[in-house]
Amino acid sequence: MTALAALIRRDVRVALRVGGGALIGVLFFLTVVVLMPFAVGPDLALLKKLGPAILWLGALLASLLTLDRLFMADHEDGALDLILMSRTPLELACAAKALAHWLAAGLPLIVATPVLGLLLNLDGAATGAVALTLLAGTPALTFTGMIGAALAVTLRRGGLLLAVLVLPLSIPVLIFGVAASQAAITGPASFGTPFSILCALSLASLVIGPFAAAASLRQGLD
Amino acid sequence: MTPLGPYASFIVTSYAAVAIVVAALIAWVMTDYRRQKKRLRDLEAAGTTRRSGRSATDLS
Amino acid sequence: MTLIDLANPSRFLALASRILPWLVAATAIVLAIGLYQSATAPDDYQQGATVKIMFIHVPNAWLSMFVWSIMSVAALGTLVWRHPLADVAQKTAAPIGAAFTFLALVTGSLWGRPMWGTYWEWDARLTSVLILFLMYLGLMALWRAVDDPSRAARAAAVLTLVGAINIPIIKFSVDWWNTLHQGESVFRMGGPTLDRAFLIPLLVMAVGFTLLFLTLHIAAMRNEILRRRVRTLQMLQAGRPQDRA
Repeated sequence: MTALAALIRRDVRVALRVGGGALIGVLFFLTVVVLMPFAVGPDLALLKKLGPAILWLGALLASLLTLDRLFMADHEDGALDLILMSRTPLELACAAKALAHWLAAGLPLIVATPVLGLLLNLDGAATGAVALTLLAGTPALTFTGMIGAALAVTLRRGGLLLAVLVLPLSIPVLIFGVAASQAAITGPASFGTPFSILCALSLASLVIGPFAAAASLRQGLD
Repeated sequence: MTPLGPYASFIVTSYAAVAIVVAALIAWVMTDYRRQKKRLRDLEAAGTTRRSGRSATDLS
Repeated sequence: MTLIDLANPSRFLALASRILPWLVAATAIVLAIGLYQSATAPDDYQQGATVKIMFIHVPNAWLSMFVWSIMSVAALGTLVWRHPLADVAQKTAAPIGAAFTFLALVTGSLWGRPMWGTYWEWDARLTSVLILFLMYLGLMALWRAVDDPSRAARAAAVLTLVGAINIPIIKFSVDWWNTLHQGESVFRMGGPTLDRAFLIPLLVMAVGFTLLFLTLHIAAMRNEILRRRVRTLQMLQAGRPQDRA
């Protein structure tokens, strides 16, 4: 098994373990979605209209929450230094860790979406649309979030700074994700345009994220 | 100068906002300068010297 | 004196002290001329006197993007060439750029209320400038979060370069999206569409604000170099045998 595959397997295993943080993300997602009707009022028509936005916001905040685990645990026990010193290029190692994080923390969010859509009075087509846009957009959230996680890894109270740094970069993903969902549900605006841009953002982040994160890790840790 | 028309308050507020923020920037730069020079003077009075041997407050 | 001499902080201090008085004078003169021209500019047939807000809104908006570009170049200097003054240039530009972005948002909002009937609109241009402002604040937070100045500089450099993607997005946002904000009337392929009576004061104010940025930036760089000298001397002082208990 290659080093990268081993890294992915290890990260997924650790994340799924108790205290590993993957399922905490889903729990937080559930909490946000449940809180919204209390804040907005139980008007079902309004909830249906806001549904995609609430789901997307919950997914964004949940992935932000789990992001600092990306490097923190490895940094604390020294594994990050070993990864830095190994022969695998650091950029690929970062990409592998982000992929593992998405598998362990992002996919559960997407799986939870249909259930939560019920709470928001969304019908099958709407929930499907939101889930599809989340599938396309959560990689962007993870890979750009990784940049902030790498910048904040060596800071003691880096968690909050991480959120501040990552949020401006996540806003475009949120905008296009919700736009694509709304377009699929209500109709006249085209679904293809925002969805393609969402996919483009994800693809771009697959490249930019690892390079920026690797550069940040190198100066954070040397 | 011709009268500023019905939206005069917006125009005046904009220019005032710019003036205030620019003045604040200038004040920040100037007080920071004085603060650093004072600290350098105090350090030099306490006997700390630079490796080059030149005065700490020397600006050249 | 060659460019490489500027890399020496002490030489830079000498140069800065020499040219700052000239820069201050130039800034004051150009801004004074610009303000006079703005005050005496004619009223626009559609906007009336509120067109005068353009003379301060547009230069601030241009500068908010220009400063991030300067920081990006400095960031390259830090990461690629490890130029010592690049760190200082990066750090000191951020608060000034943030202030200009804030002013662009505020003056734009005050201009929007009479023009469009609203203080704010979530269109592409305004949203991307707001995001730019948030990124400036995040960058300033990052500078303060790391103790060691050179490590902070490298982390900030990465963030600056990642954020630089926002600049072309802001510039072209009015072309790519159907926005409330008006389209390009100065920097466009066919040349400016703005009438000369408005274009001249605008350009003069733009030059004046750019000079203001240069003056503030160089003065702030001087302060930052002095601050680092203080830090070094404080560390030397803390390590002296006669000061240890």
